[in-house]
Amino acid sequence: MLLSIDGVSRTYTDSDSTVHAVDDVSLQVAAGEFVAVQGASGSGKSTLLLMAGGLLKPDSGHVQVNGQDPYCLKPDARAEFRAQNIGFVFQQFHLVPYLSVLDNILAPALAVSEPETRARARALQLIEQFGLSDRQQHVPAKLSSGERQRAAMARALLNEPKLILADEPTGNLDHNNADTLLGYLSDFATAGGAVLLVTHDDRAVACAQRVVHLQNGRIAEPVVNAVSSRR
Amino acid sequence: MTVWRLAIREIRHRKLSFLMGVISVTTAVACLVGAQTLLRADRVITEHVLQVKQTEVESAIAAKEESVKQAGAELEDAMRKHMKGLGFNILIIPKEQSRSEMLLNGMTATMPESYVDKLGQSRIVTINHLLPSVSQRVQWPEHEREVILIGTRGEVPIQHRGLKKPLLEEVSAGKMVVGYEIQTELDLKVGDTVTFQKQEFTISEVHPERGSTDDVTVWINLKQAQEMLGMQNLINAILALECDCAGDRISAIRAEIEAILPGTQVIEKFSQALARAEARAKAKETAETALTQEKESSQAMLLREEQGRNQLEQQHAVFAAVLVPLVLAGSAVTIFLLALANTRQRTEEIGILCAIGLQTRQIILVFLSKAAVIGIMGGLFGIGLGYWIGWSLGGLSGNSLDWQLLFAAGDLLTTIVAAPFLALAITGIASWVPALLAAQRDPAVVLQGG
Repeated sequence: MLLSIDGVSRTYTDSDSTVHAVDDVSLQVAAGEFVAVQGASGSGKSTLLLMAGGLLKPDSGHVQVNGQDPYCLKPDARAEFRAQNIGFVFQQFHLVPYLSVLDNILAPALAVSEPETRARARALQLIEQFGLSDRQQHVPAKLSSGERQRAAMARALLNEPKLILADEPTGNLDHNNADTLLGYLSDFATAGGAVLLVTHDDRAVACAQRVVHLQNGRIAEPVVNAVSSRR
Repeated sequence: MTVWRLAIREIRHRKLSFLMGVISVTTAVACLVGAQTLLRADRVITEHVLQVKQTEVESAIAAKEESVKQAGAELEDAMRKHMKGLGFNILIIPKEQSRSEMLLNGMTATMPESYVDKLGQSRIVTINHLLPSVSQRVQWPEHEREVILIGTRGEVPIQHRGLKKPLLEEVSAGKMVVGYEIQTELDLKVGDTVTFQKQEFTISEVHPERGSTDDVTVWINLKQAQEMLGMQNLINAILALECDCAGDRISAIRAEIEAILPGTQVIEKFSQALARAEARAKAKETAETALTQEKESSQAMLLREEQGRNQLEQQHAVFAAVLVPLVLAGSAVTIFLLALANTRQRTEEIGILCAIGLQTRQIILVFLSKAAVIGIMGGLFGIGLGYWIGWSLGGLSGNSLDWQLLFAAGDLLTTIVAAPFLALAITGIASWVPALLAAQRDPAVVLQGG
């Protein structure tokens, strides 16, 4: 199993209240699998995704990515582990505003010890693949939403991760761009990678092989096996 | 992609923040270098001013010294001329010689010729030029007239002193020196041969008119005179010249000669000339006193000038000691705040960089690289600006000597060399905490929009 989430919980506490964002959730994603987690806003989707990505330690339960529990690693080793194994795609794109498309895509190379020429060649290949060749020297502010998300997708793929975690990636995209992005995610899964997508977008759900519904931090109903319309 | 490239791109993207950081560091370094340059310029100007004043004073004193020396030389020369013109002014005669008798009839008492040798071998200091003589009013039978015959053997040196040029040359045997009246009446001139009491003499010198008994004197060799007068090994008087010393001379001379030659008495002649000499000596003494006062007042003036300059330097140093740390601290606080604002501004960027795998040290390095660029640029600009300000306010003339003097002590050069490191230290320290805060931001919180 490429991603194994076993009984994880996460609670947010402030002076007024306690919120059980994720409560005893277990989930597995195999290589070549595209899984969507669907739920309303505040259902714990993003928290689950961050815990899966080694960015938010669960209060209880275990996470394993490619057979390794990232939370057993020291912070720097965990960061390197993330860089080598996980690609992130966010709704807000989170591109570095002063870097060009090329440099944004190259940014994850900072985290791994890979020769720059090789990383650059890979970045250019991704730029070509995602149709950004004429935009490679543009900063994010000069790009359309679709171009930004494609650049973010290319960045997620630079270090050739085994797992992509996508948090509402189509939330800011129009229909065409959303379809294009979902197509890239499906292609990644088809190529042997694993995709965990959290969304409340039905179009995105339709692309997933499996859909998990979250409600109030818990899996609301049995896992539904689905076949992507694109596949 | 490198961390450095990331830092440079960020600098280019947020130019205003970077510019403010550079201005802040530039201000701090300029203040430090400017203060150092100004203080050093103060020292250079102080040294320059004091040197000029010292030269002026030395020049003025040298001129005064020369003038006093000239006055002294003139006095000495005048004294010598007076004494030479007037002849010896000290007369040492036997104690039993009556002064009335001497004035009426000339010398009558005698003393041993060896007295003069005794004086010459003594440590006497109050008189010079010892001239032993016999003198007597005698008949010049060949010309049927009276003259004062003086026999002298020439000056006897005082042995503990160096040889001095004699006032009167020795009259050799067979030679004769005559006074003005004798020369005029007998129509004599140098080289003429005359007979005196059956002995032949050649006129070797004629004295100019003096208006005294000297005008009727005839000078011959002491030995010949002693034989003529039947006074072998005896003399009537020792003529001498008193020293050019201050105070009651005659008392001192009498006391000293009394101690050496108890059977003698001392008479001083020509007090008018001495009064003149004393007046000149007094003038010389006054000039010397004025010179001493001039030296003292010049030194006092130099001291006042130096104290004034030192006070000014001290004020500048105190001002710099307060201002420079304040500006440095202000600059550090500004950079800290700018870095903190930069950190907040870059929250999303930091979050995503953490998410994609950058390590803590890399995040810190991104911030410190920017701080380093700010520090180096601010340091270099600050050196230039500070040096220019210090030079301009320091009031230096701008010649190459001033430039050399400015760096001669080495402390300014040290400051300038150390300034970029100081700037790096300021920016590094001020940026460290914000960089650390940035690196410790929880990417999960950032990515969740917290």
